[in-house]
Amino acid sequence: MDEPLKDVEGEETISRRTLLTGAAGALGVAVAAGLPHIARGQGVQVSTPAAPVVPADATRLPGAPTTAVGSRSPFVRPSRTPVGETTGYSLTPLQDLTGTITPADLHFERHHAGIPAIDPSRHSLLIHGLVTTPLMLTVDEIRRFPQVTRQHFIECSGNGRAAYREPNPDLTPQIVAGLVSNTEWTGVPLKVLFEEAGAKPTAQWFLAEGGDACLMARSIPMAKAMDDALVVWAQNGEPIRPEQGFPLRLLLPGWEGNTSVKWLRRLELGTRPWMTRWETSKYTDPLPDGTARQFSFDMDAKSVITSPAAPQSITKGWWPISGLAWTGRGRITRVEVSSDDGKSWADAIIHEPNLAKAPVRFTHMWEWDGRESVLLSRATDESGYVQPTLTEFVKVRGIGTDFHFNPIVGWKVQPGGRLVFHGAT
Amino acid sequence: MRRAWMLPLALAIVACSRDSGSSPASMAAGEPARHYGLGRAATAAEVTARDIDVAPDGEGLPPGTGTVQQGAAIFQAKCSMCHGPRGQGMPPAFPALIGRDPKAEGFVFAKDPNLTKTIGNYWPHATTVFDYVRRAMPLLQPGSLTNVEVYSLTAFLLASNQVVPMTTTLDSASLTQVKMPYAGKFVPDNRRGGREVK
Repeated sequence: MDEPLKDVEGEETISRRTLLTGAAGALGVAVAAGLPHIARGQGVQVSTPAAPVVPADATRLPGAPTTAVGSRSPFVRPSRTPVGETTGYSLTPLQDLTGTITPADLHFERHHAGIPAIDPSRHSLLIHGLVTTPLMLTVDEIRRFPQVTRQHFIECSGNGRAAYREPNPDLTPQIVAGLVSNTEWTGVPLKVLFEEAGAKPTAQWFLAEGGDACLMARSIPMAKAMDDALVVWAQNGEPIRPEQGFPLRLLLPGWEGNTSVKWLRRLELGTRPWMTRWETSKYTDPLPDGTARQFSFDMDAKSVITSPAAPQSITKGWWPISGLAWTGRGRITRVEVSSDDGKSWADAIIHEPNLAKAPVRFTHMWEWDGRESVLLSRATDESGYVQPTLTEFVKVRGIGTDFHFNPIVGWKVQPGGRLVFHGAT
Repeated sequence: MRRAWMLPLALAIVACSRDSGSSPASMAAGEPARHYGLGRAATAAEVTARDIDVAPDGEGLPPGTGTVQQGAAIFQAKCSMCHGPRGQGMPPAFPALIGRDPKAEGFVFAKDPNLTKTIGNYWPHATTVFDYVRRAMPLLQPGSLTNVEVYSLTAFLLASNQVVPMTTTLDSASLTQVKMPYAGKFVPDNRRGGREVK
């Protein structure tokens, strides 16, 4: 998938191909001259390889020896898509995953100026502004503070844009909702770092800035720092991947992903927001009344069926309807599934663990009788919020709103058994 | 002195944790609030080197001045290859910067997904232009522009979007005074969970 998917996330995307062939010869020359993280051969087509060759009977000869780093079975080839995006995104293949944890190498990506190459021994975090002592912390020092390990999702607030703006039957779970991933993060509560620097009570907001080429920055209310914000360095038991912010990222549970600033290098405490591009021009939500919602941090409850789903085909008989549900407002309390386009609903099983601001896996056994069916899921969270239908959502947000898409979506099972995307609810 | 603010913080934690359903950070870590003596005091020079942000009240704006005319020349030399000679952009990769399409006036973006947002018809703060250009542009040479160049580009972009006159010279004082056409359209988030969809 060399050509970037148009506007799935909601912002401009710049792929290697665009840089080479698109806007300007000057850019192409610069790339050819060897800008490392842009020129690296990322825009390679991911083609379907030939079936792996294995022995007819694997019990009749010794197997492979140990290796330094394991790899997936050659029969298992999940992949993010699209690839080669320097200021763009790649989506998690939700249809290929089970449980709730996203393998680190399949966590969705969203970069505004590519992935910086950072030597952790030269990286530091500066905390300044309304503090008694401006503090410079190395990565090693940050790892010596009291630590916590927690599961939390990160969801880009542009997740679901393709299904909202450009629905078509071929959309897959990856395209419909693949800008959400879930991780076991380890780090230090941000509150501990702010206490160490001596945060002043006059501080109402802080600016979090990343060490990438655009110095991505967001203004965050201090209340979030005092609640559950973390500065994390580990992802599923190992150092954070470069795509996810190595060596440090801010982690704001339940909030739109852009606020969990990657490659974190600076925190400034102040009295009011800074109004960066990413909290004014972008990540604001135009509304039908002619206003735009700003600092819309919380991610509302949402769910998606990941199997069966397009482009899968099924046969008559019993199938587990399986999917993910999550909310930025605590825990999921109920997931309902419909197989008749919302005429009737049944409670799905919510599997443990059910953690705050982390996705749950839900399943519901369903017997397909061969007739056209529409499979939908609907999540409810502990605040009492119920995932809206598309009709309800459009009424309050308008067709041109830009972020926080969470209407009920699903899959139509055609009489022959093939599934296609179904977005109208 | 450093402990004086602990009590209000503790109260804030209780309030926040009740709302979110998650545990307060330090308590979850099983550790009382204390200082660990990790890290070192940052020097003033270190803070200055990183502290590049600019806010709507003008805090962080450096000395220097720039004109629309200077900005136009810089734009053609350093920006137009991506954003187009008239700032019309090459979407989706390179966004439009300039434009006051009458159809997109009045902040009607929620009703039409095809409208193009530009600095003139959407951005609420002029200082954001300076802040973003200085921290992120040009794409392949971020951090390469002088403050005078950034003031000049900001003046050019604001004038081209019919926000300020073509004769404008910008410095820290005058940039802080610029009012954007739709600044009043931005409202706080009123979503609080619960049954009502907002």
